[in-house]
Amino acid sequence: MARRSLTKILTGIRGFDEITGGGLPRGRSTLVMGGPGCGKTVFALQSIVHGAHRMKVGAVFVAFEESTAQIIANAATFGWDLPVLEKKKLFFFDARLSPDAVKGGDFDLSGMLALLWAKARAIRAECVVFDGIDVLLGLLDDPAAERREIYRIRDWLAETGLTGIITQKVGLAEADQRYNFIQFMVDCVVVLRHRVVDGSAFRNLRVMKYRGSGFSGDEFPITLTNEGLQLTNRGPAELEYAVSNERVSTGLPRLDQMLRGGYHRGSNVLISGAPGTAKSTLSGLFAAAACQRGERTLYVSFDEGAAQIVRNLGAVGIRLGPHLKSGVLKMFSTRTRGPNVEAQFGDLRAQVRAHRPSCLVVDPLSALSTKLSPLASDVAQQFLDFLKGDGITVVNTSEMDGVGTDEATVTGISTVADTWIHLSYVVQDGERNRALTIVKSRGTGHSNQVRELTLSDAGVSLTDVSVAEGKVLMGVARWEWDQEQQASKQSSKVASDLKGLQLQIAQAEAAARLQVVKTEMEARSAEIAVLADATETASRLVVSDRAVLHKMRHADAEPRVPARMGTKRRVRANAARGARSR
Amino acid sequence: MTRVRAKKPALRLRLYVAGKAPNSVRAIANARAICNEHFAAQHELEVIDMLEHPERALADAIIVSPTLLKLLPLPVQRVIGNLSDTDQVLLVLGTK
Repeated sequence: MARRSLTKILTGIRGFDEITGGGLPRGRSTLVMGGPGCGKTVFALQSIVHGAHRMKVGAVFVAFEESTAQIIANAATFGWDLPVLEKKKLFFFDARLSPDAVKGGDFDLSGMLALLWAKARAIRAECVVFDGIDVLLGLLDDPAAERREIYRIRDWLAETGLTGIITQKVGLAEADQRYNFIQFMVDCVVVLRHRVVDGSAFRNLRVMKYRGSGFSGDEFPITLTNEGLQLTNRGPAELEYAVSNERVSTGLPRLDQMLRGGYHRGSNVLISGAPGTAKSTLSGLFAAAACQRGERTLYVSFDEGAAQIVRNLGAVGIRLGPHLKSGVLKMFSTRTRGPNVEAQFGDLRAQVRAHRPSCLVVDPLSALSTKLSPLASDVAQQFLDFLKGDGITVVNTSEMDGVGTDEATVTGISTVADTWIHLSYVVQDGERNRALTIVKSRGTGHSNQVRELTLSDAGVSLTDVSVAEGKVLMGVARWEWDQEQQASKQSSKVASDLKGLQLQIAQAEAAARLQVVKTEMEARSAEIAVLADATETASRLVVSDRAVLHKMRHADAEPRVPARMGTKRRVRANAARGARSR
Repeated sequence: MTRVRAKKPALRLRLYVAGKAPNSVRAIANARAICNEHFAAQHELEVIDMLEHPERALADAIIVSPTLLKLLPLPVQRVIGNLSDTDQVLLVLGTK
């Protein structure tokens, strides 16, 4: 029989369709094998439910191991309403042999296949699942018969053109070598594995064979969520998120300033800190602000009931009650000690799907990763990726004592987080104060300053811290320091005022003294002038007196006094002349 | 009571087969041989071809072929296979 060109049928299993380039081979057979509890049945069910839902493709499900009632009940836990689908698209065939049946000779499946084909035609099925083929093989209990019946199924699939999914349990040691021929017979082999690491269950999936198609042969972690199976790592394609420049308020104006406007919409915010550092309060602020803007918000908390959170946040002036009532806010409280990490993230995912929030708070995310292992962080990252893909702004809190602790790196949250705010206690002078630091914020200039976070009835506030003598001061110490600073400023102002006054006085004194000196100078110069005047007058008189005397005496012309004659001789001569005349 | 029953055959069997499949053909032959040998005239054997009447096979929850249903006497019991294991078959049917 000439093979048609290969087309594929989507399984709806996120990640699987990507690594196989479109799902399972249409019109051919696929073997899904794995140990008990790997999710083989879920894999098969999910594929046909997806087909029935999305592509209106009918399917026949042959259950060798479980009753159809059990399968329908299991499917209901994934939200698949099989009874509805069963009416038109799906047919479940209970192929468990009654334990009372006696084997009275060789038998085969030709009758059953005929019956299935009749059913398949009736509902126009394109797909058939043989779930738990190992059970059937066990009944045949004869290698030749086993082979014969498997080939019968293969030939039947080829004839009918149905897409076959065969699930097979394999033992732990994979000792079921005698059934290996099935792997060679089918076109595609998917291996599921289940293991327990540190008490947590982890599943992974590997495509071992895919005839006529490229595929990724790596082992991928898978998650069994509320909505079925999902591959955890979906390749690099998933890192293409729509990026927004829009800012979302943190709910604290001062913090908005520090972040140049708030968190980026659709980004991932990590608030870390020791217990009691107000992580929940910051988350609450964010949630309240989002609700205030009318944005749907989901608040996920662990080990703390919704009512308690609402009350506690109310104590610092954050009111969530009205938003809860209006339905904008949904609170989901659960236990840290859940079944396992996968299941918890599955629950969260379902909550997100149901509420469709644009803002989400997970308080604390670290509760989910208490079972620290690389795989747990895979699951956490996958969840965050999922949120990011939906453009949801997420605030996670994480309990950690320091920025450099291993916890931050092990959970890998720190690398996924776009903005990381760390809250710490600063113990000083017998008191504890809360300090807020922005460790990183992608794509945002942000303040590098440590701020003090204070909580009161009135609300939450951020304050600049004081730095004195190389120490960061907070709380009472900061208040005291501020007071001291103010007081000393005050006193120095007074001192300088006083000094100014004194200087003014001194200046005034100097000015006065200057005036005195100036007046004195004037007086002296006046004196000097008078004196000079008097002297000149006197000397003029002497000259004129002599002339007058000469005239009065009618004296001869003045005898020539030898130039050598001193004043004394002249005076004596005059005196002699006087005496003679007397 | 016994008289009412006596009108009906003591052994009532229904054999589901799949067309001309070797096991089915053999089962029909084996069933007839066993009935004729051990239950003579007091039996009724109905042979149904699953290929022609899949709805009947579904109603009786037949999975493999051939399958023999012992409807009477109660309880209803089933034997799967081509009935070549006569001892096993007689164990179910009860050798009178």
